[in-house]
Amino acid sequence: MSAEETVSQPNPIEQFELHRIFPLEINGVETSFTNASLFMLLAALGVVALMVLATSRKAIVPGRIQALAEMLYEFVANMVRQTAGKEGMKFFPFVFTLFSFILISNLIGLVPYTYSVTSQIVVTFAFAALVLTLVVAYGVYRNGLGFLKLFVPHGVPLPVLVVLVPIEIISFLSRPISLSVRLFANILAGHITLAVFGGFVVLLLASKGWAFLAPVPLLAIVALYALELLVACLQAFVFSVLTCVYLNDAIHPGH
Amino acid sequence: MMLKIISPAFAAESEPETHETVGAAGGEAHHEGGFPPFQQENFAPQIVWLIGIFAILYLLMSRVALPRVGGILENRETKIASDLEASREMQSKAQAAARANEESIRLRREEAQAIGRDAQQKIASEAAAQRTRAEAEAAEKIRAAEARISAAKAQALGNVEQIAVDAAASIIEKLSGVSVDRDRLVAEHRSVKSS
Repeated sequence: MSAEETVSQPNPIEQFELHRIFPLEINGVETSFTNASLFMLLAALGVVALMVLATSRKAIVPGRIQALAEMLYEFVANMVRQTAGKEGMKFFPFVFTLFSFILISNLIGLVPYTYSVTSQIVVTFAFAALVLTLVVAYGVYRNGLGFLKLFVPHGVPLPVLVVLVPIEIISFLSRPISLSVRLFANILAGHITLAVFGGFVVLLLASKGWAFLAPVPLLAIVALYALELLVACLQAFVFSVLTCVYLNDAIHPGH
Repeated sequence: MMLKIISPAFAAESEPETHETVGAAGGEAHHEGGFPPFQQENFAPQIVWLIGIFAILYLLMSRVALPRVGGILENRETKIASDLEASREMQSKAQAAARANEESIRLRREEAQAIGRDAQQKIASEAAAQRTRAEAEAAEKIRAAEARISAAKAQALGNVEQIAVDAAASIIEKLSGVSVDRDRLVAEHRSVKSS
């Protein structure tokens, strides 16, 4: 590709590229500090700032940020309690960390010139694999072989079970994929759409005669941005609710 | 543990197709092959940092932040509950005080009414006594006056009889030239008057 082309053509994919800031390798595994690492760190710092620093005064009457931290806490606590039951509360710190990290990552990713950590399939898949590993490990630890009842719905006649059990197994195995792809695809598609519309603005401005149409995609970006804000929160919520649902399966496999 | 900075040579041997793995100076280099999220050489550094950062974040959340926020919420709940309890207690106390106050007001009012009633009765009886005394005095005076009047009247009537006898005697003397015995005249007159 010529230099001229890369300059004149807006590239909606460019935002997902990984840049090595400090190239590094440990034991043959590349551990470079990349822009992804930077924004993971920023998201984590954001969560820490909200949950640790803002609550350091332990005020009975909370300030704004402490109230936000409390709201987040109660929101996730209620979510875990309602979907996974009282016993699921032992996974509350995990679900909370997951939710807050994904939420803050998604929101930071919406700031122009930043990097969306969750737009990488490897990140979302790592989360999904972590969740499903936890589900299987805890399910087997708590129920032993009884965990396999997860694949045998209660009160279903035998002939139906012959069909149903393979379906349940397939649906269970597809969980990590659906869980990771849902988040990844939503964030990726949203960012590509925003970049594409941004490219339209640039192209229209550059083209003589049609520049007056440039505000149209710009307005579309404003609308899409609002939608993306919703998606950012919603996908973090969906991811953690499904995590709770799967954890509930591990706690009560008998449906 | 082996730790080395990736050299251009390493980049070249790892994945000749992409020219991405470069030093810090070449950080802005452009990807030419493949879709970045699907490039496998990008997986390892992201996963490694993700695991590290997420683990630290999890520890911070589960050890520091969440117990603290939970503590804050619990504190507030107990504070609100105890404050409510205290206010309920105060309210019941206030209500008891209000009841006691009302009771004492009622007692005082009754007392005041009793005092008023007594005073009224006393005044009424005193007035009655004064009136009877006054009436008695007045009746006494009336009686005395009547007696005086009747005495005066009797005297006056006695005088009239004397005058009438004198007049009758002088009339008879003038007309007949006979001197009349006054006592007889009086007796005559009395017999005429009484018949």
